[in-house]
Amino acid sequence: MDINVLTWLVPAFPLVAFFLIILFTNRSNRVSHTVALIGAGLSWLACMVIFVQALAAKDLAKTPFGSAISWLPTGDTALKIGVQVDPLTTVTLFFVAWTVLMIFIYSVAYHNYGAPKGDNDHPGLPPHGATEKAKGSGKKSGGGKVHMVPSVEPMYSRFFALISLFAFAMFTLVVSDNLLTLYVGWEIMGFCSYILIGFWYAKPSARDAAVKAFLTTRLGDVFMLLGLVALYSVTGSLSYNVIFANPNLLMASSGILGMSKGGLIGLLLFMGVIGKSAQFPLHVWLPDAMEGPTPVSAMIHAATMVSAGIYLALRFFPLASLGWVSGGPLTATMTVMAVIGTFTAIFAASIALGQNDIKRVLAYSTISQLGFMIAALGVGAYVAAAFHLVAHAFFKALLFLGSGSVIHGVEHGALHTGEHVDPQDMFNLGGLREKMPVTFWTFLIGGFALSGFPIITAGFWSKDSILADAFNNGQYVVFGVLALAALLTAFYTMRQITLTFLGQARTKSAEHARENRWVMLLPLVVLAVFAVGFGWVGIPATFPLLGGLAPNWFGSFVGSMLSAGAPAEGNSLVPLLTSLVVSLGGLYIGWLVYRDVKTGEPDPFQKAMPGFYKILKNKYYFDEAYAFLFIRPARWISETFSYQWIDKGVIDGILHFFARAVWVIGSVFRSGIDTPVINGAGDALSSGTRGLGGVLRRAQTGRIQQYMIIAVLLVVVVGAIFYSFLALVP
Amino acid sequence: MIPLYWFLAFSIALFCIGLFGVLARKNAVAMLMGIELMLNAVNINLIAFWRYFFASSPQMDPTRPLAFVAIVFVAAAAEAAVGLALIISVYRRRQTVVAEDMNLLKG
Repeated sequence: MDINVLTWLVPAFPLVAFFLIILFTNRSNRVSHTVALIGAGLSWLACMVIFVQALAAKDLAKTPFGSAISWLPTGDTALKIGVQVDPLTTVTLFFVAWTVLMIFIYSVAYHNYGAPKGDNDHPGLPPHGATEKAKGSGKKSGGGKVHMVPSVEPMYSRFFALISLFAFAMFTLVVSDNLLTLYVGWEIMGFCSYILIGFWYAKPSARDAAVKAFLTTRLGDVFMLLGLVALYSVTGSLSYNVIFANPNLLMASSGILGMSKGGLIGLLLFMGVIGKSAQFPLHVWLPDAMEGPTPVSAMIHAATMVSAGIYLALRFFPLASLGWVSGGPLTATMTVMAVIGTFTAIFAASIALGQNDIKRVLAYSTISQLGFMIAALGVGAYVAAAFHLVAHAFFKALLFLGSGSVIHGVEHGALHTGEHVDPQDMFNLGGLREKMPVTFWTFLIGGFALSGFPIITAGFWSKDSILADAFNNGQYVVFGVLALAALLTAFYTMRQITLTFLGQARTKSAEHARENRWVMLLPLVVLAVFAVGFGWVGIPATFPLLGGLAPNWFGSFVGSMLSAGAPAEGNSLVPLLTSLVVSLGGLYIGWLVYRDVKTGEPDPFQKAMPGFYKILKNKYYFDEAYAFLFIRPARWISETFSYQWIDKGVIDGILHFFARAVWVIGSVFRSGIDTPVINGAGDALSSGTRGLGGVLRRAQTGRIQQYMIIAVLLVVVVGAIFYSFLALVP
Repeated sequence: MIPLYWFLAFSIALFCIGLFGVLARKNAVAMLMGIELMLNAVNINLIAFWRYFFASSPQMDPTRPLAFVAIVFVAAAAEAAVGLALIISVYRRRQTVVAEDMNLLKG
């Protein structure tokens, strides 16, 4: 099939799956997940074909695959939409397709496909488990013994429909050749994240988290939209090719802070990235997004949302770095990116130290790693950022799916023992190494990749290249802070692994945890392969001993996206030694501190530094600060100012005043004119007529002789009058 | 010749007797008789004035004013016929000829 047509089809498959599920197959769990898996599988197949073809193509960055159609006529020109496959799209499609497919497969098991319906399960709440009579008639179990087993998710089909839409949005965003469809995919993804974080919408915490995620990312999107509009007004197009074809238009000064127009637009787009990729200060939504089901967390953290933000930042690196030469001073936009990225990296890594929820630790590690990527872009390490993006997607998807597997296994134990424990609290776990060996080994690989375990893991190579680029570009502050963040990363990762898998089980549930089905473990194994193997395609040529054994394929492939080509690689030993020390040191200290935590014991870190631990535990009180700074004033404005004062006071007051005034005028008219004059006249007329009738009716006696007397008297009187006054004498 | 005033006085007396009969009697038949008297008093007046002023007048046909007298007679006869018929009809229904008792239309 023609590769251009194929590229159009990549997002189409999940979209078709979405509509098929919501319109037709939603009654059947089996058909629904089959449709979703076929959709994701076909997209995956298309991506792999594109990937292979893109590898074979010559000079893909200069002559990308793609086709476009006119979509929306606007006066003389038309907004064009189309698809494009260049090296950046290729690698992004590669990891998105793999992670999406793995997450889809994993979801089948995670939502307990094939399990009985729950006893008290409601749509909008996580399944609580079902009672089942034991089938065995053995002596020990005893026929008819009742025990609890996991139950199937009540809204199974809905989940697959929504997650298909999520995948559709991400694929649309990646393959599009213009900012318009990218933005469409970006916003659909925002919607999907909202509805999937709030998938268990009957839980108030999930609802709040969904609203928080939606509003927070929307804040960045407003600026991004401003950037798009500015870009369109400067260049007259939203297609990448047209935008980047003429840098002189963008070089012109914007008149704001001495930045170029391109730099300013890059900054606005970067604000969208801050929201989407959860950078400081809009990082607050990502940890709360853990309220969603674990596959959704994996989608958000690896395959879609946050990766989309970094993808956009990569895509618009030429704008941000406009006028920058390798090794020269950073542009204003790049400086902002470097500062925010670096700060986020260390800030989120430190928060992760104080979290006990297995998924929250991972969430903060995601924020921290995204900070690494943004910081890498800020110091000009384009290839390193892309490399870390892909590597991170693989090992973070692996870690999330692994943590989901842990939770699932321990929930099974909790149902079995009837114990009520939070399976996500790491202090309730421990000793899962023997119970869940596959999960343990894959999680270990993912964790080591996250902490940058030397040589074998992908995380080492990508993180090392970021540190090396920061060092070689002379950004020693960035380098130093990132190295410290990497040390913390290794530390909290080992803390997590030690608390979860090593040592002794701290609760009965953890003791009775059970390894999950192969459907759940297969994605872990596949992703673990990538978490290790992916690093080998990007080994710098100048690396001691290993460098040059394999070509630095990733560096040259993605580096060709830059007009100047991949920057020269430095060959300093300092960053290499630093990465070795921080990753191994962090891992070792983490193991040392947490290897022997007993049931009910507090965190050793808490014992050592109670004050600092409390701050970290409460995430530097950012939620509280935002609640105080923004939410409460917003509430106050809406409730007190807008509602009480403006609406009820002023607007209602004016209306009430008018009503009262009209009422008073009406009363005056009523008591002054209507009642006495008009009513009175009417009443007087009627009562006068009545009274007159009463008087006159006395004359109507009905006696003919009285009438005659009157008649005679009248004749006499009138005759007398005529006779005497008018002198009508004959 | 008897002077005109005597005729007029007689006519007035007759008229007053008739008027009194109409106004004072309860019996409807008597009231009808009173009316006849009043009408005849008028006729006497008419005849008297004719005899004294118009009978020998050369200017006009002397019989012409007598047409009034004839009309009064006709009206009196018709009135007596209709009135007596009504009274008989009332008497048949209500067994009375008293005018005050004929009060079916009174509210």
